[in-house]
Amino acid sequence: MTMMQTLYDKLWQNHAVYTEDDGMTALYIDRHLVHEVTSPQAFEGLKLAGRKPWRIGSIVATADHNTPTDHWEEGIKDPISRIQVETLDANIKAVGAKAYFPFKDLRQGIVHVIGPENGATLPGMTVVCGDSHTSTHGAFGCLAFGIGTSEVEHVMATQTLLAKKMKNMLVSVDGPIPAGVTAKDITLAVIGRIGTAGGTGYTIEFGGSAIRALSMEGRMTLCNMAIEAGARAGMVAVDQTTIDYLKGRPFAPSGEAWDRAVAYWRTLTSDPGAKFDRTVTIDAASIRPQVTWGTSPEMVVTIDDRVPDPDKEKDATKRDGMERALEYMGLEPNMPITEIRIDKVFIGSCTNSRIEDLRAAAVVVRGKRIAKSVKLALVVPGSGLIKVQAEKEGLDRIFTDAGFEWREPGCSMCLAMNADRLEPGERCASTSNRNFEGRQGAGGRTHLVSPAMAAAAAIAGHFVDVRQWR
Amino acid sequence: MEKFTVHKGLVVPLDRANVDTDAIIPKQFLKSIKRSGFGPNLFDAWRYLDVGEPGKPNEGRPLNPDFVLNKPQFRGASILLARENFGCGSSREHAPWALADYGFRAVIAPSYADIFFNNCFQNGLLPIVLKASEVDRLFNDVAVNLGFQLVIDLGEQTAAYADGSATFKFDVDGFRKYCLLNGLDDIGLTLRHADKIKAFEDKRKLEQPWLF
Ligand code: SF4
Repeated sequence: MTMMQTLYDKLWQNHAVYTEDDGMTALYIDRHLVHEVTSPQAFEGLKLAGRKPWRIGSIVATADHNTPTDHWEEGIKDPISRIQVETLDANIKAVGAKAYFPFKDLRQGIVHVIGPENGATLPGMTVVCGDSHTSTHGAFGCLAFGIGTSEVEHVMATQTLLAKKMKNMLVSVDGPIPAGVTAKDITLAVIGRIGTAGGTGYTIEFGGSAIRALSMEGRMTLCNMAIEAGARAGMVAVDQTTIDYLKGRPFAPSGEAWDRAVAYWRTLTSDPGAKFDRTVTIDAASIRPQVTWGTSPEMVVTIDDRVPDPDKEKDATKRDGMERALEYMGLEPNMPITEIRIDKVFIGSCTNSRIEDLRAAAVVVRGKRIAKSVKLALVVPGSGLIKVQAEKEGLDRIFTDAGFEWREPGCSMCLAMNADRLEPGERCASTSNRNFEGRQGAGGRTHLVSPAMAAAAAIAGHFVDVRQWR
Repeated sequence: MEKFTVHKGLVVPLDRANVDTDAIIPKQFLKSIKRSGFGPNLFDAWRYLDVGEPGKPNEGRPLNPDFVLNKPQFRGASILLARENFGCGSSREHAPWALADYGFRAVIAPSYADIFFNNCFQNGLLPIVLKASEVDRLFNDVAVNLGFQLVIDLGEQTAAYADGSATFKFDVDGFRKYCLLNGLDDIGLTLRHADKIKAFEDKRKLEQPWLF
């Protein structure tokens, strides 16, 4: 009898070119996503060493981190950002790629959004990118993870990545998902439970009936934040939802190849009885809308809870961390979350900028106005294609009528490398994935929430329980 | 890549858990298309009282006197002592570039985020994992001994007190150790297996042609 394998075991085995005695393995890389921030030094290294890319057909590239989200007709005003984007243009021109979606292209967008929507991310692939949220692509039954720039160069030069096998973790979420609870709340609840280092050294497979009930958009949100739980890769097994999503996408196979591919993709699940090194089980019914209060994604509570009190924490390092976070965030212990007032709202990022996210926010916003105290509420679609789709559905009007700004696609205020940012002390309800100090602008304060929760906070001016929204 | 064999240096304690790579090198500096020059902006938001920008000269910027790197007794430190989950968050290799450019050769912590950990090895920077109790002891000893130094011997896999009073063993991956000891670029090493990669790829093209 063959050993029962997890999905990760299968993907690993299918890509191992050779393994050294100490377990160091060269993994074959099928898809290499490239963006402007982490690639210039890799292209330069390649050139200096006189090396050629191994397989340019594996490269799909776009500019997203630095690109502005308004006044596209004026180009990129920040000269340093412009140089970085132009450097990518020049590098791709010199080297080649399967596809390149440059600044202003209709299909340009956040690297983790454009891969799946174009069918450039397919089940059974290894997908890498010089960006930690590459874990997003694991939603398709892929082994997908972020790498550093030296590794970007290594993949370009050799089509492989040197890695050691991680351990297997299963996060099983079961039962019906309550109304008002989204994939974002599930993923934040998981991080709250296992901590930001809980997944270090593991690959997480998300399973259980609640995960199977999620759309591909929801699964991407979930896997996107596996890295915030410390796991380089998160994944979901292939099922009919995966296959239906991919059918007809530009880079997905068609005809006879599609049938062959689907037959193979259906094997991309963990065998019944496969062994996981750690299993975490969560009852979906227990999950409520989540709001982070601190400067790490594990500093999270539910909307009906209060800001925690460091005096109740026994561990000294943790208590110090909490006190520092509360000071940075300008919050008092024991304050109800619903009393936290916000200055800005950001709906976007590779976590929550897909069409389903925009629809969920629009439902909350329809026919209402943002609170007077809210200085700026941004909606930034994840890609040009999503923007077009949303406009077809009239979502842009719903947002702009309510006082939101409707922007061009990109990373935007998720990391504030462009002009979209928080000023020191400003507080933001954000659908992105990191609430680190200064992440959305020096001195800025970030609370991570779902799109519906961000939209409701924009209207109310403070956090509200979206389950009670009318 | 610079070799790492034996290194003796001053230890600076950064007593925080979950130090993320956004803190190590803030995003505005990622606009550079070079690998060097990040050292002056290492821990920028903690180190300076104003906001740093790329292209803005760092000389003359107001330093935060409370930040440990700015304390005179830690000038010239080359070994960073930190708490758990060091280097979490973004995959930016600019973080180890900044640490190395500042002059760090090694980091000691009870645990690291995986991507950061790998990135260090590519840049001649040795991330050492010690037990939480050993890290605690180091924090205590650094606090009471001015000019506290460690001798790190990669070959022997030891970190020893400069006065010889204590020695800690650490684990390191065999392949990473070999590359670091010899200053080797792993691309060259991998390309020695080019035939195997090619054969693997050819087989894959037959079995899953839709991937190509
Ligand atoms: S949206 Fe944010 S997290 Fe996602 S790739 Fe862009 S900067 Fe990174």
